[in-house]
Amino acid sequence: MADDNRQDSVAAVAEAEDQSPEAARAHDHSEEAEMEAVQPDREAQTEHKPRLSDEERLQRLEPDKLRRMMYDMLLARRFEEKTAEAYALGKIGGFCHLYIGQEAVAVGAIHAQRPDDYVMTAYREHVHALQCGISPGAVMAELYGRADGCSKGKGGSMHMFDVEKNYLGGHGIVGAQIPLALGVAWKIKYRGEDRVIQVYCGEAAVNQGAFHESLNMAALWKVPMILIVENNRFGMGTAWERASSLYDIYQKASAYAMPSTVADGMDVLDMYRVTKEAVERARRGEGPTLIEARTYRFVGHSMSDPVSGVYRTKEDVEKEKGNDPIRIFADLLARQNILSQEELEKMDEEVKRISEEAAEFADKSPEPALDELYTEIYANEDVNGRLYFDGRKR
Amino acid sequence: MAVITYREALNQALAEEMERDPDVFLMGEEVGVYNGAYKVSKGLLERFGEMRVVDTPITELGFAGLGVGAAMTGVRPVIEFMTWNFAILAFDQIFNAAAKMRSMSGGQFRVPVTFRGPTGAALQLAAQHSQALESQVAHYPGVKVVVPGTPADAKGLLKAAIRDDDPVAVFEGEMLYNLKGEVPEDDDYVIPLGVADLKREGGDVSIITHGKMIHVALQAAAALEKDGVQADVLDLRSLRPLDTDAILATVAKTNRVVLLEEGWAFGGITATIAAMIQEEAFDHLDAPVLRVTQADVPMPYAKGLERAAKPSAELVVEKVNQVLYR
Repeated sequence: MADDNRQDSVAAVAEAEDQSPEAARAHDHSEEAEMEAVQPDREAQTEHKPRLSDEERLQRLEPDKLRRMMYDMLLARRFEEKTAEAYALGKIGGFCHLYIGQEAVAVGAIHAQRPDDYVMTAYREHVHALQCGISPGAVMAELYGRADGCSKGKGGSMHMFDVEKNYLGGHGIVGAQIPLALGVAWKIKYRGEDRVIQVYCGEAAVNQGAFHESLNMAALWKVPMILIVENNRFGMGTAWERASSLYDIYQKASAYAMPSTVADGMDVLDMYRVTKEAVERARRGEGPTLIEARTYRFVGHSMSDPVSGVYRTKEDVEKEKGNDPIRIFADLLARQNILSQEELEKMDEEVKRISEEAAEFADKSPEPALDELYTEIYANEDVNGRLYFDGRKR
Repeated sequence: MAVITYREALNQALAEEMERDPDVFLMGEEVGVYNGAYKVSKGLLERFGEMRVVDTPITELGFAGLGVGAAMTGVRPVIEFMTWNFAILAFDQIFNAAAKMRSMSGGQFRVPVTFRGPTGAALQLAAQHSQALESQVAHYPGVKVVVPGTPADAKGLLKAAIRDDDPVAVFEGEMLYNLKGEVPEDDDYVIPLGVADLKREGGDVSIITHGKMIHVALQAAAALEKDGVQADVLDLRSLRPLDTDAILATVAKTNRVVLLEEGWAFGGITATIAAMIQEEAFDHLDAPVLRVTQADVPMPYAKGLERAAKPSAELVVEKVNQVLYR
């Protein structure tokens, strides 16, 4: 019997090797067809979510709060446009990842928690920093690498921090912020504090071990962590469906018995509603939640990546721009007589001015003094012996 | 002073610091119910409860990062790696997060986390379980590294590490856990970081080393003494900060130096020290600075090969004779 089996498998290999090039191509083609068959349809994926009326979407939120959300999204957009301009002028160096198109995610989610709660994210972070209350001037000055930046010019675009605002950065290694956030959530539980942490990652980060290790421990120990996966559908230039065997990221949480859900990342109110539920659950001691926010970036991965080209077409991006989160929200607020077009334009003028002023502030801020090179490496340098080995004068 | 083992000394340090500061907790694989893979945490779960002695899944990257995030926001985690070999999975969190958080935030965060576990080869554990990694960790500015070689140093340095406001990596010796020695019972017995200890005095040659290798150095020194050679054995105890004054003092005294480390030669701490000595004490040298390290190969399993790969007292004696031109 065993021999027969072996012969069968040998024969199968021989048969496969016998394939003509045409047959091989046909085979490839059928694989392609299969790929296409599982190509996710984003509309279908989110279809199961109930269609809400305007009233339901507004969740009885105070008009002032709604207008504030609009203001924050507009500021995010104009600030990032100003950032792009400053980058083009050479005022900003290094890597720089813009958030244009994704504003509803951070704005809606951070509105759903309190200022004493924590926020931590990856490197596409300028808007999260702003939303946590860091002044536009301090964010822009950090981008410019200046002394008045929120990390004193030592962090840059990817490493903004503000301990007073409970904004914990700003991390550049894909997925590596999730274990850190788990630690903050653990600390909250350890000290019995009434707080939560929101941690963000991109969809591509969910393939990292750090994501899975953290989800397991977060769910095992029921810590107050809300993980928001910003699924903008491309990890740099790699489409999500080319990087994951499972399209629906929210389902990955089920491997860890963690509640999870999908949010419309182009709808600030859906982000608010879904995050609020997760925050409340965390506050009740019921543990973490994963939120998959389906969104899209209207700009390239970073400043060196064109908006469209090799991995998506101009038409793709234009189509998605039809879902502009700012336009969607502005239309709703206009329909509900919460914010008129005129008021919106006035608001827009204001945030443009603030973005201009942020750039002016950054421009005037001094470069960090060169004797800052050796400061703030260690918290405690009051030790015997040598901490630095470069032989330079300090 | 009581005579206790290196293991008990570490246990005392942990218990005393947890007693002293409610923000100190111990986390790692098998630290609780199992009492520690090497029984360092014996009895601590019973005494401090499961919020403060936390068994983790096997997930080094995850719980190392947890320690950094928790430390950033105000507590003092002690993260145990079953061995430093397994911590290689967690190096991203040590090197990219712990070491850099303070600097890249412009000084807004302290990261008072302690990472600890055994380093170096034991007996026939083969390539993946027999690595001395302290030089690699000391490479990164932003972390501090201590390597205790005796029970007293184990207690004093671990207590210092836990109380320090920066990430401190403590490299213990798997072969040292049963070593007995006198250890002060004082709750505040803390050995300041960056203070080397002259474990033996002699005027003819300086053997500079750390951790488990001090015992190899002392063995070599004893053999040399029979031959009429008196060796200084300087135990660095701390690699970063590094007690360069103590190094320069022994060099000035003996003018001949052999550096000994358990790990590989390439980029090892001994390379840094050799560079420093020639830069700053060239005129004191009567011979080139020589080194004894592990053979530059992954550790083999077979007994004889393993013995040949490890640094030995015989190799130290040989190098000492070279610097003495004997």
